[in-house]
This record gives sequence, C-alpha cells and structure tokens, in this order.
Amino acid sequence: MARFPRRRDELERRLERELRDHVALEIEENGGNADAARRALGNRTLISEDTRAEWGGAWMESLLTDMRRAARRLRRAPGFGIVTVVTLALGIGASTAMFSTVGPVLLQALPYPDGDRVVVIADASGGAVAPVDVTFGTFREVVARSRSLQWGAVSRAWQPTLTGFGDAERLDGQSVSAAYFRVLGIRPALGRNFAETDDVPGAAPVAIIADGLWRRRFGADASLIGRTITLDGAPVMVIGIMPRTFENVWSPQARIWRPLRYDPSLPAQGREWGRHLQMVARVAPDTSLDAARQELASIAGASIPQFARPAQALLRDGFIVTLLQDRIAADAKATLRAVVAGTVLLLLITVVNVINLMLARSTERRRELATSAAFGASRAQLLRPLLAEGLLLATIGGALGVAFAYALVGAVVGFDGFALPRVEAIRVDRTALLVAGGLTASIGVVAGCLPGWFLTSRDDVTRSSPRIIAGHHRLRFAFVAAEVALAMVLLVGAGLLVRTIRQLLAVPPGFRPERVLTLQVQATGPRFRNAESVRQFFERVRVGVRSIPGVESVALTSQLPFSGDADVWGVGTKADVPPPPGVTPPEDEERYAHRYAVSASYIETMGIPLQRGRALQDRDRTGGQRVAVISASLARRRFVDGDPIGQQFRFGPTDNWFTIVGIVGDVRQSSLAVVSPAAFYVPEAQWQFADQTMWVVLRTTVEPETVEADVRDAIRSIDAGQPIFRVGTMEQRVSASMGRQRFVRAAFGTFALVALLLATIGIYGVLAGGVAERAREIALRAAVGASRARIIGSFGRQALDVAVAGIVVGGGVAVATSQVLASLLFEVSPLDGVTYGGVAVLLAIATTVGAVVPAWRAARIPPAVALQSQ
Amino acid sequence: MVTHGRFSTIVTKRDERIEVLRGTLDMLILRTLVIGPTHGHAIAKHIQQTTDDLLQVEHGSLYPALHRLEQKGLVASKWAMSNHRNRELRFYRLTAKGKRHLLRQESKWKQMTEAIARLMWPAAAAGSAE
Repeated sequence: MARFPRRRDELERRLERELRDHVALEIEENGGNADAARRALGNRTLISEDTRAEWGGAWMESLLTDMRRAARRLRRAPGFGIVTVVTLALGIGASTAMFSTVGPVLLQALPYPDGDRVVVIADASGGAVAPVDVTFGTFREVVARSRSLQWGAVSRAWQPTLTGFGDAERLDGQSVSAAYFRVLGIRPALGRNFAETDDVPGAAPVAIIADGLWRRRFGADASLIGRTITLDGAPVMVIGIMPRTFENVWSPQARIWRPLRYDPSLPAQGREWGRHLQMVARVAPDTSLDAARQELASIAGASIPQFARPAQALLRDGFIVTLLQDRIAADAKATLRAVVAGTVLLLLITVVNVINLMLARSTERRRELATSAAFGASRAQLLRPLLAEGLLLATIGGALGVAFAYALVGAVVGFDGFALPRVEAIRVDRTALLVAGGLTASIGVVAGCLPGWFLTSRDDVTRSSPRIIAGHHRLRFAFVAAEVALAMVLLVGAGLLVRTIRQLLAVPPGFRPERVLTLQVQATGPRFRNAESVRQFFERVRVGVRSIPGVESVALTSQLPFSGDADVWGVGTKADVPPPPGVTPPEDEERYAHRYAVSASYIETMGIPLQRGRALQDRDRTGGQRVAVISASLARRRFVDGDPIGQQFRFGPTDNWFTIVGIVGDVRQSSLAVVSPAAFYVPEAQWQFADQTMWVVLRTTVEPETVEADVRDAIRSIDAGQPIFRVGTMEQRVSASMGRQRFVRAAFGTFALVALLLATIGIYGVLAGGVAERAREIALRAAVGASRARIIGSFGRQALDVAVAGIVVGGGVAVATSQVLASLLFEVSPLDGVTYGGVAVLLAIATTVGAVVPAWRAARIPPAVALQSQ
Repeated sequence: MVTHGRFSTIVTKRDERIEVLRGTLDMLILRTLVIGPTHGHAIAKHIQQTTDDLLQVEHGSLYPALHRLEQKGLVASKWAMSNHRNRELRFYRLTAKGKRHLLRQESKWKQMTEAIARLMWPAAAAGSAE
C-alpha cells in the first residue's frame, strides 16, 4: 500500500536507524570488523543526501532555510526591511479592506437562497413623487394572475414605539403582507412565520422581531414567543424571531415586522388603493426574468373585470421589474467604484515601490550573486535567496496588512454620513483573507524574482560594467517615474473631491446651521387619540425646552431639511383651472411643495431670512384666519401676477384656503447640490391634523451637544413614555448630506498622501543609489574642476526628468479615467485645470525634496574619493 | 567545465553510472522481495551473493532505492521483529503495484537482452531461451 512521505523528522530517524542496523548486522556477519562494515555501506553522507532527494519536498525545505538566512540579513539592514514591510502592509491592508467593503455589493449575491430570483416590481405610471410604490389592489391582481412569480409581497415602513421593557424606544420596522419572508426565502429561527390568517383585518395583532432586537431588549429569552409586548400602547404577540444572520437588504434598519392586515376585498375608498406600498417577488424556479417581465407587461396591458382598476392604478405604463440586488446599491455603486479604482492605484504604487526597493537591494548584492554564479549556481539557485527574501518581506507585510485591514474596515463602517449598502455583511471574512494571502504570495514572488531576473538575464552577472549599472539605473528611474504618475492620478482625484466639498460648503443652505440641535419626539399611545392632546403635549415640550439654560430659542416642525424627510403636497391656487370631470390631470412637478407645519418661532430659530411680509406668530392659532408663509421660489412660480402677500392657496384634498402673509428665502431640502422645489410654512395649530411626530429644533448659545442631556430630561419629565430619537445637530446633517463625497475624499486623500510619500522616498532612494554608485565619477569631475553647482544641477535635472515624465503620464491617465469620479463632483469639472496644475506643482516640490539630500551629498564628495578603488 | 553547482567532473560520470544502475537495481530489489518480505541488509546480502560475480553494488545505494520504491508505492515497509536476529528491523514487502511493475521490467529486460543477443550472436539467437 502506497503511503505518502511522513514528516521529514520521522524519515530522518528511520533512515538513521536503518543504516545503523545495517552496519551492526554487517559487523555480526564479518566478525566484528567495524571499519570494513562501514566501508561496505559506503559514504553515509552521500547516502543520506541521495535518500533525502527521494523524499521530495526538498525545495520547500531549502526555501525555508533561505528565508531564515534572509531574515538574518535583513536584521543587519533594518531600514530597508522596515520600509518595504510598511509599504506592503499599506497596499495589502487597503486592498483587503476595500475588498471587504465592496465585496458584498459588487460581487456577492444577496444573502438569500437563489437571491438572483428576487425582484422589485414598481408601477411605471409617472408619479413624480415615488415611482416605486404600488397599491394593494395592484398587488393582489398581480399575485392572482401571474404564473411566473412564485411568491409576491408588499411592504411599507412602520415605526412603532416599544414601551414596557425599559425606556420607551421607537423601532424601525415594516408592515408586510404574509408572504414577505417567503419571497426572501428566510424563515424565522424561532417560532413561526406569518400565515395568511394573520394578514386579514381583525386578526389578532402579531409581530416577528429581529435577532438583534431580541438580544438587546429581551435578553435572548426564548419564552418571548407567545408573549405580548406593547407597541404604540397596544398589546402585540411575538410569534417569531428571525435568524441572527438574516439581512433585510430592502430595509436594512427594520427590526420588527407585522402583517399589513389590508382588506382583500379591496374597498373603493380604502387605503387598499393608496400608492404607498413597495412590492417584491420571487420569480418561479424555471422561469427567466425576461419571461416574468413579459407576463407582467401583458397583465398590466389587459385589465380583467375581477380586478377593476380605479383611475390612479390603471397600470397604463406597465411595470418596472428590477433585480433586488441591482436596486439596493444603485446610488452607492458609483462611490464604491471610485474607491475601488483608488485602491487599485495604491496597490500598484506599493508593488512598484517594493520592486524598486528589491531592485536596489539586488544591485547591491550583485557581487554576492556573481560569486555564487562563479561557483556554478544555476539561475534558479541564484534567484532562490532573492525569492526567499521577497516572500519573507511579503509575509510580514501581509500579516501587518491584515491587521491594518481590520482597523480600516472598522473605520469605514463607522464613517459618519455615508450609508454603506449591505453594511452588516462588511467584515474581513475568509474570502478577504484569501485575497490578502494571494496578494501577499504574488507580490512576494514578483518582487523577489523580477529584479533578480533582470540581473541574471545575461551571462555577465559576474562583471559589473558601468553600462549594465546604468541600465539598472534607468530601470529604477522608470519605476520611480511610474510611481510619480500613479501618485499624480490619486492626487488629482483627491484634489477634485476637496474642491467639490469646498464648493458644496460654499452653497448657502438657506438657514443658519451652526449651533442648532434637532431631535424627533413622537406622541404615541392611547392618550393621543385626538389632535388637541397631541398639540398640548408638544406645546409643553416646547415650553419645557425653552427654559433650559443655554437655549436661545426653540421651535417645532413637522419636517426638517437635510433629514431625509420629503413631505410634499400639491399646491392649488385660485388661478388654477380645474380639469374637466373624468380627466386625470397630468403629473406636474411644479405643483409640489414641501409642507412645514411649524410653531411660530421656527423661521427665526432656523435663521431663515424673512424677505417680505411677516413671519408666523403665536396669535395664528386654531380658529383664526388660516395663514402661511411661502418660500421665494414658490412665490415666483405660482404667484406671478401681483403681490403674493394676501393671495390664497390650498393643498391636499381639502378646501381650506390659506392666506399668504410672508415670503422667506429658499432652503435646500435634501442636499446642498440639489435645488429643491418650493416650500410653505403653516402654523401647526392650523393644520387640520396634528402631526404625531415632530422635530424639536433649538438654537443654543453654547455647544449643542452639551444641552442634549438636559433636553432629554425635560421631555422625559413631561412624559417618560414618549420616545426621543434621531438626535443630531444641523451641522452634522448638512455634513452627512455630503457623505458620499466625504467618504471618497477620505479614501483618496489618504491614498494620495501615501502615494506622495512613497514617490518622494522612491526618488530619494534612486538618486541616493546613484550617488553611491557613481561616487568615483563624481569625485573625478569635481577634481577636474566641475563646480558644486553643476553637480547639484545634474542631479536636479535627473529628478526633474522623472517628475515631468511622471506628471505628464499621470496627467494623461487621470484625464482618460476622469469619468470615474464624475458623478460625485459638484461644480467642478473632471478636467479642472486648477486641480491638475496644483497637483503638478505639489509633485514637483515633492520631487525636489526627495532630490535635495542626495544632490547635496553628491556635491560634497571630496575629490580624493576618485583615487579610491570601487 | 562547470555545469551544475555541486558535482565535479568526476562526479558527472558517477551520475551516468548511477542512472544506468538505478532502474536495474530497482528491478533486482523487487525481484528479491518476491521471495518474501525482508529487511535492507538481507536484500543487500542476497543481491551481493547473486550478482557478486557481475556487479559491485555498494550496500549504501540500496537505501535511497528502497525509499524511492516506497515513494512510488511499489513496496511497503514497517518495523518488525526479525526471527533470526532478535532485533527490530525495517522490513520491506512487495505491493501488488510493485509486482506488476516487476513483471513489466522483466519483460522489457528480456526483450532488450534478446535483441542484443540477436545482434551479437545471430546464429545462436534462435536457440536462446531466457
């Protein structure tokens, strides 16, 4: 039976014993003549070596020996080793971290079985506000009529307040139809899934919660299944807990789910025909996406009597069907691709740098190599110590790089303001470590072998003719020029983003964001069934917060800029021509404006400039004349004839007409880059409903964070059962709106600085090497009368050549790839001359810095050196 | 002139000699083991006695050969008690794969020697057996 070679120690011991036994037996037979016995056996050393050769794996062992020797050599020259290891760590660490970050989005499929069968179905019929939303009626029709969809479900956001287990907490969740988890393909780990019987009006309220919430709030208590918890003041039974690994990619913040309990009989005036649901579905196993699309298109085109469609859900334009995995990252993909590009550049720079360093080192060691070659070493044998050194450095650098990657991933996930898609899946996992290992091994091999390959590529490794040295030098210069070029590309990217963010910050937001603290408070529970109680509660909150020391002014508002809110309503004026009966008016972007139901002091607290008329005041309350303040752009658009002040408008389906009493400046609603539609501000007391969730906005005289605890206390002392959430300052929110740009700027900025440093070191290294090599030549020149200035000049010129070559090539590459960043820029062209010029100057300065010391040293070589032998 | 790192001019010839012997030595070892499992010294003695007139084989060249054969799966080995010597020795035995290999080598040898005989002694070729 064939056995694989055991460990070498075992084999060594065995061989030793066999040979001893052999000699002993020989002695026994030949009557005790030890010498004759040994001679009969032959040369023991040779036997051992031959046998060892038969064991195979010898190359591995000698490589390890070489690596040990390499470690000893490196300890004698620690500078080189440290620089190389750190450079490698930077490159490998950044690449591994980047791979971990973008892997889940750009490479992995969804964490669901057959995740590529899950699709998002949206209603394509216009809808300026939210094209993805469908009506419940549409959903029922599609599910009933489609053969190509195995499961279908709808969902909407739900934010209940949990009380009774500690502080009142507002949860993020979803109201879903019964088949939601079946569409995704993940079942609850404990308890049961939703059933159709749970999803009818009047069914007992049930909920499924996420593992994280279960652990955090309920102590991972399995007996929670079947018990009731209090949500929005009402008892709800927990029936299931989702697995720990469950990722709800469609709504990543959701921690709790309940059935929609819409009426399947689709009453005409009910919410079943409201457009506020998002639909996901799973395509049947043997059906292609295109077949499903076609079927849905034909369903949309052919209405049948069982599913009568009202005017707002005619499905005139059919459906838009997209893969879920394409939907989740659509916005972030551009950002992530930019970061990938930057990381690849950084990796290239580190590789070039390491090769350059290794080249320098092998040039130094060429005498040693020449000696080995003279003793008959083959090329492979010459390369092995170099390879060993490369692998050793790469391994250390790789290990350091992995540690660095962990830190980087932590920083990336914690980056404020940029919502990474699939953030729960971002970590340094096995695949990322494999990538790191692969990179390490390949860089080790390439960096180790490549320089040696060049050196031994001709027979004259034993000779050190100046021509050959010059050839190696040119190679090193070429590498350094490549580094400068790569640094140029990264610096241009960073520079463009720096300028973009400065341009963004220069945009006036329309209000004064400094020292403004904001938080949301919700009035939930059975006590707040009528508008009056809600208004009283918020009024008490406002008064309570006002009295806190450090608070300059307080206001309430239903909507806040830069918070992700988008509460828009169609605005109607007296000048509008009503459409003929039966005709649906076309959707018109111009008709919409943001609705702000505010307390009187809102405009002043936010620092929005009042242009004409008056602001809202306390006397504008329930029962009085309905007044409003509008933004300047709304005035321009809809009230072109005459003075807007005094005119009236209405919004929504009611007949309440509001009189305009003032005009304020425009405010950016979602981001500094986007010019927003108009806005109007009505006193919250005059709005027919009372918003149960309001923002409390306070301007402070001190740093806003310092009063946060006092504010919480004040609100809790009014009513401890009402949750407080989304606390932040306006400056934080404005900054978060630039999250994508800030993220890429951070990445590119860091990479660019590293690249600049490496390029500078590279130039220094190659010039310093040149000085050492050509010391005699320089001394000769000095002896013959060349002035110091000329010597410095010649080095300066070399450096300049490298810099110019690098800048030109790098500039070209940057121009060619400028589109990668285009979607992130704001009022800055990808070919922005200021940026390119500035970066070029920066690189020129860095090159000069790198050249200064070697050039100075060269100038100070005493002529006597010319007499010394090499 | 210098070709490989380690071996000198003299050694080059030794290389050639070993190459020729290697295949033959393998075959001899396998043939010895057909009789029954035994240890390295006994194999050496058997070959020496059988071929002493023709080939001077260093005992030491056996062990690399035995290890090589084991690597290839043609023999298997283990420590066992020798009944003659009252000590534990490494015993080698022929595997099925080794037996097949031996038969193949044997027939190749036969073909080679027959061909050489036909060339050298054309008259006696027809009558030569073995």
